[in-house]
Amino acid sequence: MRQHWTRGALIVSSLFVLQACTTPEPPKKAATPAPAPQAAAPADAPTAEIEKYRAMIADGNPSDLYEMAGEELWKKKMGPKNVSLEKCDLGLGPGVVKGVYAVLPKYFKDTNKVQDLESRIVTCMERLQGFDGKEIIAGSFGKGKRKDVEAVVAYVVANSKGATINVSMKHPKEKEMYELGKKSFFYQAGPMDFSCASCHADPGKRIRLQDLPNLTTQAGAALGWGAWPAYRVSSGTFWTMQYRLNDCYRQQRFPEPIYISDDTIAVSMYMAVMANGGKMAAPGLKR
Amino acid sequence: MKNKYLITAATLLALPMGSAFADAKFDKMMKDSFQSNGIASIDRLKQDAAQKYCSDPAVLAGKGNAKQAESIQKANMETIKQPAGGKYIGDWKAGERVAQSGRGATWTDKADAANGGGCYNCHQINKAELSYGNIGPSLWNYGKLRGYSKEVVTYTWNRIYNSKAYNVCSNMPRFGHFNLLTEKQMQDVMALLLDPNSPVNQ
Repeated sequence: MRQHWTRGALIVSSLFVLQACTTPEPPKKAATPAPAPQAAAPADAPTAEIEKYRAMIADGNPSDLYEMAGEELWKKKMGPKNVSLEKCDLGLGPGVVKGVYAVLPKYFKDTNKVQDLESRIVTCMERLQGFDGKEIIAGSFGKGKRKDVEAVVAYVVANSKGATINVSMKHPKEKEMYELGKKSFFYQAGPMDFSCASCHADPGKRIRLQDLPNLTTQAGAALGWGAWPAYRVSSGTFWTMQYRLNDCYRQQRFPEPIYISDDTIAVSMYMAVMANGGKMAAPGLKR
Repeated sequence: MKNKYLITAATLLALPMGSAFADAKFDKMMKDSFQSNGIASIDRLKQDAAQKYCSDPAVLAGKGNAKQAESIQKANMETIKQPAGGKYIGDWKAGERVAQSGRGATWTDKADAANGGGCYNCHQINKAELSYGNIGPSLWNYGKLRGYSKEVVTYTWNRIYNSKAYNVCSNMPRFGHFNLLTEKQMQDVMALLLDPNSPVNQ
């Protein structure tokens, strides 16, 4: 929602009132007569303010609430088979949550697929609990069973905070997924000719005042991949990586990516491999 | 002997097929991973020559084929329509609104909703606006620095209409080419950049 951050005069305090906006608003008036810039790089001042704001509430990231709900859902017996997710293998063995987000996406023998965290949770909900995965795929973010997936994501991700990102490319399908993801990252299409690379392949770039990590470098990818999923202050909700990608594609003016489709996992794989060696800092806190 | 022959034949076949296979796999992944939603139909994944050319990381890194780039630029140049009656300059105040708005063309937008230019997403334009991006160059004092000659005016129009006519892998959307902006909106943005009375040229 980069259009939200439209006014130079938009003050950090408005972060608190931008709740529940999901569609960009058209500007109400023409350019707000903001004060003339005084010093060099005045545009960085609001960015610094956001950093201050982040530091201020870092101990109270509202994603805490999602993490707690997710932990409960992880342990609760549910679904047609009335079992919990505690035997779910997310990649480090059944039931292992600690550090697992740092090794995802990865290849899973039982599905013969490379999976990200969300597709893997859906697999467990199908196979262990007997839920219908297709319903979750056809649903919407923040609603129904997908909302449960999102909470479990928050719980799992929080248990990888500080872990070193270490995504494997040993399996041929992992290598292939990385290559497909890289190709997709650079794939330009749509009425605006955008690809992920249009915004995320050069250093020091911004849209409005939003810094854009260069995801084609290790440092940029570690910063970008390592901070998601995140609580979005502007929408007042917790966004998983699938949600983040969905909105990137929306702004790219692409058709809608299908939830946990191979493309979304491939692009995640590309970003995660690029980020290898960095630290997981998610759940992050974003504008 | 026979086996050896077979292996050689298989290797010869596998080489060129390897990349075609990868492309087919990629195409299938894309087709299976996206769905039409509102005005954003699945057809948007189809690439034209420029999009295809600029999807290669090697090209973006400056290792493209110069002749191919030139020919795609030429083809884009030929699609540009000049404004009716030679009217290039509209109303800079309306142009400022177009430059501010980043709306339009997503799956949450309606077909009949007015698009914005999203110019400030990537450019500095009017200095009164502090929230601007830096993917494109600063356009502050655009006319004042370049003058208001027929050449500058036509070049600016063409750039807004189809930036790929000049730089095949320009990051700037082709506003006229893809009907993202109307002729009037483009005239208004022209005024923002080229009307001597626009705040941009003070």
